[in-house]
Amino acid sequence: MGKTISEKILSAHSGVDARAGQIVVAQLDFMMGQDGTSPLAIEAFREMGASRVSDPAKVAMVIDHSAPSPLEGVSRLHALMREFAREQGITFYDIGQGVCHCLIPERGHLSPGDLMVGADSHTCTYGAVNVFATGVGSTDLAAAMMTGKLWFKVPQTIRIILDGALPEGVCSKDLALWLAGKLTADGATYMAIEYEGEAIDEMSVEARFTLSNMAVEMGAKAGLMEADAKALQWMREHGARTLERVESDPDASFVETLEYRVHEVEPMVAKPHTVDNVAPVGELEGIRIDQGVIGTCTNGRVEDLEIAAGILRGRRVNPDVRLVVAPASQRVLLEGMDRGIIRDLVEAGAALVTPGCGPCVGTHNGVPGDGENVISTANRNFKGRMGNPNAFIYLASPATVAASVIEGSITDPRRYLSP
Amino acid sequence: MILRGKTRVFGDHVNTDYIISGRYKFKTLDMRELARHVMEDLRPDFAEEIETGDFIVAGINFGCGSSREQAPLAIKYAGISAVLASSFARIFYRNCINKGLPVVECDTWGIAEGDELEVDLGKGSITNLTQGTNLKAAPLPSVMSAILAEGGLAAYLKNHGSFEL
Ligand code: SF4
Repeated sequence: MGKTISEKILSAHSGVDARAGQIVVAQLDFMMGQDGTSPLAIEAFREMGASRVSDPAKVAMVIDHSAPSPLEGVSRLHALMREFAREQGITFYDIGQGVCHCLIPERGHLSPGDLMVGADSHTCTYGAVNVFATGVGSTDLAAAMMTGKLWFKVPQTIRIILDGALPEGVCSKDLALWLAGKLTADGATYMAIEYEGEAIDEMSVEARFTLSNMAVEMGAKAGLMEADAKALQWMREHGARTLERVESDPDASFVETLEYRVHEVEPMVAKPHTVDNVAPVGELEGIRIDQGVIGTCTNGRVEDLEIAAGILRGRRVNPDVRLVVAPASQRVLLEGMDRGIIRDLVEAGAALVTPGCGPCVGTHNGVPGDGENVISTANRNFKGRMGNPNAFIYLASPATVAASVIEGSITDPRRYLSP
Repeated sequence: MILRGKTRVFGDHVNTDYIISGRYKFKTLDMRELARHVMEDLRPDFAEEIETGDFIVAGINFGCGSSREQAPLAIKYAGISAVLASSFARIFYRNCINKGLPVVECDTWGIAEGDELEVDLGKGSITNLTQGTNLKAAPLPSVMSAILAEGGLAAYLKNHGSFEL
């Protein structure tokens, strides 16, 4: 019987004929930690009695969550990471370089068919470029750094076929939220998702990252796509070592195949306090907004900023609203500057913050006040997520956030489509 | 290992931001400090209410959200001996085993706040001493029981040097 992408990648890296349900020990191509998880990984690494990472070329650490440091306690943890990186000779991205999930594929660390782990739950993002990438905790990262390997339970796969084209004004983020509503927050727990179909073919690689990024919001271990010509081209331009793609066999066994026609997907919004609590924007129009956020590993890439700038250009952020923009990486910031996108956003009234996670996780850069409503392009809206349990977070596309901060209330971005 | 204690009951989809908020978890590696804020956004005084050896009992998808081990560690350092849930989010589940916090997947429907339980981790059986009922737990994969038996992944690798399947 044929194999899924997960079964093929895990077979190739473990040297056994890996099938869903089996436990294998597999060789990793890459591993990554960020500043919320690396300090504990370094501690666990020492506890394991390890002194050298097995292959420094396969390890990167990124300071993105609290960057630059807002507190002395955080500064101590950052210093611990810098010292470890220097001592081990691993790749290190300090403050301002960007969010780990934008950086790792952008800086040539991955090739299609790779197996990698990241000590961050949204590591599933790189499934969009045919990499089996999954989130682990700090101790697993430590084990991976020490041995170059990790054990995996080969996941079953849900296949999601997305037919048709997304209507104008509807982004891949809307599709990701719509799917989270359909599958629910634990609809794919322990499983991998393979996305395919015309809607994926049509999407830019950046838009695909958004979709794979949110696979974990349905509980999935990986959010995989095959590498088509577009993905291979993107990987070539971003320094991939090899360009061999892995596809699932026609007779591979899937737990479920879900087929959707996407032409009826509308701009979607996730309401507080869960990601699968979604509604079409039309049902929520008029809800007051105090702060908008454009950025994060979900929607902080050039295309996302461009979508927002397309709506905000020549207009003003409502005087009762703050808009925080956090480009997902330094390259995104530079390209956004070269193309005038950043200027448009700032002229419209945006507050630009350091490339990185921005206010996503509640450590700095725009913690909302009590009773305030935030509309954000991030991937999570849990109570307290942005640092205040008394705030309300709505998730939406960059287009919906841009339209909403102009109006001062949740707004359908299709009103702002140029004719 | 046989554990005995009282239950603290939570609902479905308890995420890692509820277990320990991002407000605290980035600041320190001092887990005792983090443990003081465990579940704070759901139950403000939870950390004080805990008696050492208590169980957290929850519904589906416990531990969804981030990959941060501060979540299982905050629970462990708060004095909780094991977490029982109808289902777990996978990264959290793995992290608990790696940090030596026992997790038990079983049908938790019907377990009430304050019930006294006896949990036999080896046998995978749960006795509700208050209600006089018995439950069966889903078995752990052998690699996970081996890691848990040695108190977590750091100790496991220190002893073995690599993974032995
Ligand atoms: S941007 Fe947000 S979701 Fe993405 S890695 Fe940073 S904190 Fe996590």
